[in-house]
Amino acid sequence: MSTAPRRARLQVEEVNGVAVVNFTDKKILDEQVIQAIGDELFRLVDEQAYKKILLSFVNVEFLSSAALGKLITLNRKVTQSQGKLVLCAISKEYREVFAITKLDKLFTIKPDEQSAMDEF
Amino acid sequence: MTPDAERRHVTLPSDLAAAREFQSQLDAVLAASAFAEAELFSIRMAIEEAVVNAIKHGNQMDPARTVLVSYALTPTRFEIRISDQGEGFAPDDVPDPTDPDNLERPCGRGLFLMRHYMHEVEYIDGGRTVVMARNKATD
Repeated sequence: MSTAPRRARLQVEEVNGVAVVNFTDKKILDEQVIQAIGDELFRLVDEQAYKKILLSFVNVEFLSSAALGKLITLNRKVTQSQGKLVLCAISKEYREVFAITKLDKLFTIKPDEQSAMDEF
Repeated sequence: MTPDAERRHVTLPSDLAAAREFQSQLDAVLAASAFAEAELFSIRMAIEEAVVNAIKHGNQMDPARTVLVSYALTPTRFEIRISDQGEGFAPDDVPDPTDPDNLERPCGRGLFLMRHYMHEVEYIDGGRTVVMARNKATD
């Protein structure tokens, strides 16, 4: 049985103590991809002890509701560790998804990386 | 309702990779249609959620079960029917994911998104079949 190739799903750069995260996948739909992304994101909190995480969706074209679920779990984890999670560069179509699902009330969402960095 | 002669029929295994492949093929069909990009996004979003629901929740990922899909595309309307072989469910029992008490639940948004993005969403056959449709916007 083939498994998802083990490649990094995230590009992480530390900027002024903030883990600035870009996704390497354009489509975050597949369960295995979502799980792998989740594992890498959780490691930022659990193992690398980042308290400031910025997720940039500039490269992301598609997100499933399962991916949104993973973000919710990450947000809870970051919040429980007294950290902060900010999302940015979400496409217009997915900003609507966040709005209609009221997830824009749960997450801090900024239009671009610079304005997102100002949140920390 | 679009005549049966114009409908396409696909049988999917209860496998998310197969669902992904079907979605890609359907994307190509839709991309060649008269629907605008925003409308294609809506259709794509609803189908993704409905097919995954059929495989994960309906068929419980059981490899012995299949998902039957039939769809029809005209210049003004897209219809799709997705049937699983599961036990069925009551759509009205699905909690509102936008309720503050449910907002932090990691799942439960699929049906809500389907209803938002399609003009018609109807469950029949005890919840085993969903019929959805979207009409092309008129200028």
